[in-house]
Amino acid sequence: MDINVKQVRKNAFRVTKTRGITASRIRIPGGHLDADLLPVIQRIAQEYGDGSIHLTVRQGVEIPGIRYEDMPQVNQLLQPLIDRMGINQEEPGTGYSSAGTRNISACIGNRVCPYGCYDTTAFAQRIEKAIFPHDLHFKIALTGCPNDCAKVRLHDFGIIGMTLPQYEKDRCVDCRACVKACAKKSVDALRTVNYKVERNHEKCIGCGECVINCPTRAWTRSQEQYYRLVLFGRTGKRNPRLAVDFIKWVDEESILKIIKNTYAYVQAHIDPNAPGGKEHIGYIVDRTGVQEYLKWALQDVNLPDCAEVSSPLYWSGLHY
Amino acid sequence: MGYRLSTDAMNQVLAELGKQYAIYAPKCYPGGNTFSEVDCIRYGEVHTVEEIETERKSDYSFKELLLPFSETLFFFTENTIQEASVIEKDMVIFLRSCDLHAVRRLDEIYLRNGLPDFYYQRLREKVQFVLIGCPAAFDSCFCVDMGTNRSDNYDAAFELRGGQVYMAARHPQWEALLRQYGEPVEGFAPSYVTETPTRVSIPADLSPAVAKSTVWDEYDKRCIGCGRCNYACPTCTCFTMQDIYYTDNAKAGERRRVAASCMVDGFTDVAGGGSYRKKHGERMRFKVLHKVYDFKQRNGYQMCVGCGRCDDVCPEYISFSAILNKLEEAMQEVRGDGQQ
Repeated sequence: MDINVKQVRKNAFRVTKTRGITASRIRIPGGHLDADLLPVIQRIAQEYGDGSIHLTVRQGVEIPGIRYEDMPQVNQLLQPLIDRMGINQEEPGTGYSSAGTRNISACIGNRVCPYGCYDTTAFAQRIEKAIFPHDLHFKIALTGCPNDCAKVRLHDFGIIGMTLPQYEKDRCVDCRACVKACAKKSVDALRTVNYKVERNHEKCIGCGECVINCPTRAWTRSQEQYYRLVLFGRTGKRNPRLAVDFIKWVDEESILKIIKNTYAYVQAHIDPNAPGGKEHIGYIVDRTGVQEYLKWALQDVNLPDCAEVSSPLYWSGLHY
Repeated sequence: MGYRLSTDAMNQVLAELGKQYAIYAPKCYPGGNTFSEVDCIRYGEVHTVEEIETERKSDYSFKELLLPFSETLFFFTENTIQEASVIEKDMVIFLRSCDLHAVRRLDEIYLRNGLPDFYYQRLREKVQFVLIGCPAAFDSCFCVDMGTNRSDNYDAAFELRGGQVYMAARHPQWEALLRQYGEPVEGFAPSYVTETPTRVSIPADLSPAVAKSTVWDEYDKRCIGCGRCNYACPTCTCFTMQDIYYTDNAKAGERRRVAASCMVDGFTDVAGGGSYRKKHGERMRFKVLHKVYDFKQRNGYQMCVGCGRCDDVCPEYISFSAILNKLEEAMQEVRGDGQQ
């Protein structure tokens, strides 16, 4: 058997424990899929796999038990998925064009969840469009609100939805639902002064609890949707760590630009001898220093006036 | 007499009226509701027909125009008191039949309940009401059972039919304007709802004895005491007072009247530390009986107008109309002739 495993991996198939057997890794950006595409996955699993599927930790589907020689047929069958999910592809019928950058995962967001501050799936799909196909090892995740159900602080780029609470004083009846909710469920950023509410903007994390709990619409959401962008969290062997705050109250355009700039930075600075051409971005930043990274990341980025950039950036975590 | 107008002509009417009146109607506040990217329909100033929301029920009622959630009544310094100024223009308020019936309840409470309330009266005297024709009920409406589905005491009536505006006038000022901008049509009368998907039945012999029923107990846990039902209700009129002493100089300040809710903590707090109806089920009982018993005892008709906003707004999916429909069983329970 003669197989170019590097091409196999790039084509979103796994080299498995079992000689001669691969697995198809279906990337589902934003974790949302039209249900009528499920029979495509079912058919691949039953005709070419072992009849089972695995729901991956990054919201993909992995179909095990596929023979390497069946990869072209599997790629043909994958085409409707790739078309409908808007995956950038180099040539139709050839499956996924890259697998280095991992599936962009997202919580269910404001399509369904009452806490969600934005459409996580739509933003995930927008990032997918902007960066794929790409071989570099990037992990990006989106979560709708500061509850961070998507655990984005374990990613290179964690995108956390925020709303900037708008207060209409004349609709406030001093029921204190917001003050209590903020104190008990969030960061205690509200206090009552002369029967009205004052919000501590420095403390506020934009979770929207005040809006959710307000019975009169004295609190509403900002028309603009904002984000907290956190950087270079990671799991793994040497130094697992949480991502740190980079920019609070940042906008969608700036995030896209920063991610794209980071690809250029990594291409310029990655260890040429990195095993498998893979090096976590965080380790590269550890080597070049944060200032060098920021020089690249913020190039031509026009942050909104309200954006707050953290400085300096320090990571901790475990060192083995 | 009825009139038909193009929306352009109606906008001219509104522009003409706008010189004297601030015109309020249910309108859409995009993304203005509790959850992300969900619209809120509530009352605000409008200048064109297009701004008037006629497809969706308003989440909050017209009430806040006559009884603002928070209203400064007067300012005080050491020796003087200065009344807060009132809106300069007169007001036109577009509203549906259930809400026009609610106006009668507000008047009952604030004008005919002892001395007229000065602050309510000075706003109320400024208002003309335009009835919005209501061709079909929303899911939670029960106006027909509450007898509020039809109104005749409007200054003008308004309805959109097939992209055209139909109006009827009772007030001479409207009559003159419509004659100028519209064309007369025979037999126009605003639509009204004749059946609702939600039905309610209130026992004829409902009495305070129902307070002893166990029907209220489930709300001890289900209700979170947020007060949305009260704030959205067009007939809830309770308020509390706030005296504010300005922080720069505590010898000056203002007195505010602020909407209060019988479901929210603090409503029953009294001097000396007393507090009543601590259980949310007890608060629910109080609210329900006030809406469909106490008010009627005093005024001879029901307070609840069946708009169903309290059902729509409750985050815990507690349905007021469902409670009304449990009252018969609750009465059987306390009379001792039920299944128990």
